[in-house]
Amino acid sequence: MLKLFRRSQEEQRADEQRIHESLEKTRGGLMGRLGAIFQANEITEATWEELEETLIMGDVGIETTEALVSRVRTRVAKENVKRPDQAQVVLKQEMLAVLGGAEPMEIDEPRLLTVILIVGVNGSGKTTSIAKLARLYKQHGRKVVLAAADTFRAAAVHQLEIWGERVGVEVISQGQGADPGAVVYDAIRACQESRNADLLIIDTAGRLHTKFNLMKELEKVRNVAARQVHKAPHETFLVLDATTGQNALSQARHFKEAVAISGVILTKLDGTAKGGMVFAIAQELGLPVRFVGTGERMEDLAPFDARVFVDSLFQ
Amino acid sequence: MFESLSEKLQRVFDGLSSRGRLSEADVDAAMREVRLALLEADVNYKVVKEFIARVKERAIGAEVMKSLTPAQQVIKIVNEELIAVLGEPAKLNLSGPTPHVVMLVGLQGSGKTTTAAKLALTLRKAGQRPLLVAADTYRPAAIHQLETLGKQLDIPVHSEGDRLPPPRICANAVARAKEAAYTVVILDTAGRLQINETLMAELDQIKALAKPQEILLVADSMTGQQAVNVAKTFHERLGLTGLILTKVDGDARGGAAISMREVTGVPIKYLGVGEKTDALEVFHPDRMASRILGMGDVLTLIERAQESMDQEKSMSAAKRLMKGEFDLEDFLQQMQQMRKIGPFSQLLDMIPGFNRMSKDIAPDVTDQQMRRIEAIISSMTREERRHPEVINGNRKRRIARGSGTEVQDINELLSQFKQIKRMMKQFGDSGGKRKGKFPSFPGFPMG
Repeated sequence: MLKLFRRSQEEQRADEQRIHESLEKTRGGLMGRLGAIFQANEITEATWEELEETLIMGDVGIETTEALVSRVRTRVAKENVKRPDQAQVVLKQEMLAVLGGAEPMEIDEPRLLTVILIVGVNGSGKTTSIAKLARLYKQHGRKVVLAAADTFRAAAVHQLEIWGERVGVEVISQGQGADPGAVVYDAIRACQESRNADLLIIDTAGRLHTKFNLMKELEKVRNVAARQVHKAPHETFLVLDATTGQNALSQARHFKEAVAISGVILTKLDGTAKGGMVFAIAQELGLPVRFVGTGERMEDLAPFDARVFVDSLFQ
Repeated sequence: MFESLSEKLQRVFDGLSSRGRLSEADVDAAMREVRLALLEADVNYKVVKEFIARVKERAIGAEVMKSLTPAQQVIKIVNEELIAVLGEPAKLNLSGPTPHVVMLVGLQGSGKTTTAAKLALTLRKAGQRPLLVAADTYRPAAIHQLETLGKQLDIPVHSEGDRLPPPRICANAVARAKEAAYTVVILDTAGRLQINETLMAELDQIKALAKPQEILLVADSMTGQQAVNVAKTFHERLGLTGLILTKVDGDARGGAAISMREVTGVPIKYLGVGEKTDALEVFHPDRMASRILGMGDVLTLIERAQESMDQEKSMSAAKRLMKGEFDLEDFLQQMQQMRKIGPFSQLLDMIPGFNRMSKDIAPDVTDQQMRRIEAIISSMTREERRHPEVINGNRKRRIARGSGTEVQDINELLSQFKQIKRMMKQFGDSGGKRKGKFPSFPGFPMG
């Protein structure tokens, strides 16, 4: 399949570096112990207990942790693995298997107008992630337009407009209190008719996934896009704060049900947060992580690479 | 917020039913489940470990009081320990000369700006003259956001743009408050990572210049294992005086509350429970603990009910409900009264045992759906309301036409009503047995 752009070698290296650096603190902290656990001379009951503890403290969640540890244990016994460093290889393989090889993203497919819908709970980092995404794709030669469909939170439109200015992309808005569906309708028309844009990113208001009416509103926004553009939205990303605990799974489940999310953007990975809940999300819902937000600068967004992510956890 | 944890514990304790002294095996079985539930609720691993050890020590060999089952005895111990961890209720310290300075700190996206506005509104209702201070000069439009909220609430906002350093802005605001006789100054600082040295040093400076009387950590109730490190670092650096837990209206199990309390020892002072500016609640550790244990937040419910409910009416309805004499007229009346108190789903969660049931009966009863239910019942004759069993196909079609709904909506409502009635009757029947578990029922509006 023809890609609109392919990432160059250097870009790829820079991205790996970014994930790597952002996980530096994670490695130094608890998840760093993952590597240390297998430094011991032999595999004992304590090894497994320590592994379980480390994974739980990395927000992997008890169910996913137990499943993972039990799979590794079974394989270690069956394959007659004696050395801890070999057991570590098995663990890595199993962790990678959970995160899985994801299909290529729809964003990169050539079409007249690609529509991306961004959703998430309050304060997860939607608007900032959108700015970073816009910058990334603008750099790759796409004509990007942003739709300010968070018409609820005070000054959200203004916030997106400031980002739009900084990145150098146009923002379509109707101000606070406007109907989000109408904003999306307008934005798509603008992209197709006057702006000649090929990538529209829609910012929506943060909402707790348990709010029935707000989730209905999101469905409506999605339908507006679907009616105007064939197969739109082509990607719907859930923005997830890496400091979130097990509730992340509930968020992913509800948003998936309402608007069929196709992937996750993991934000604030520059903290000491480990983002371990992406294992549970991948395992239970089969949702791939697509991007990681690794810092406060505009360029701090990297495409997610499961291998780099897992490797980094062990170094 | 703690529903799922409560469910877990309740299921465990329902399983323990032998009498006498608590055996080690009993306690072990219970503690395994308690541990799992707490971990799933995002309580920090180490905090869980210590908590379990403490409870276990107290529980093994503990005599089961005559009036209690072993399950209730364990609940009692877990409950007491949880209350101890969650700490004493505490108010904002607003003593001494004015203006009192309240500083809000926290990670990005935890909800500081929204909380600042809610807090200002709460304090104004309590007779204070609040001044909001826009000290987040980093996030685009953060100042604009606070100004907009201030305008909505008609509460003044001190802002000097994003050019001045935040410590200066805060100091200027405190000086302005002294001159203009504002009684409380609320500092909305920028979100920051606890490991960002530059930004943490900025908080030191703000603290030195503005001399806040209260330094509150605003934390997302959905936070995972990290909660411990975040709270600990902020506390060691600044000396927190309290915590505010946000987004409590979601379905997060909120174990972070327990973790943060345990590592800081400072009280949880408020809960953010919604997007509206009045959605800030005072934290009640005792109530929260009983909520964790699936006892429902009976006290909060009663308090709210008392504000807007006809006490006597609901008492008699409650009695009728328990006896299974509840009819659709009572149902409608209760619904109308409840709409005055708050969203239906929030109420269901507060009723003991109901957080388990509410999922079966009404997974998502929204206010809109409630209006529809009202329309349906209003379209019934008096006889139909008192004796729903007479409603046949013909009547259903008439009711559907009258209320602008479909026959299947009528069916759904009737079957839900039947379920509620049946469950409530079970509650009533087992009243004697369950007395220890659900001690306080006065004013309980659904029954």
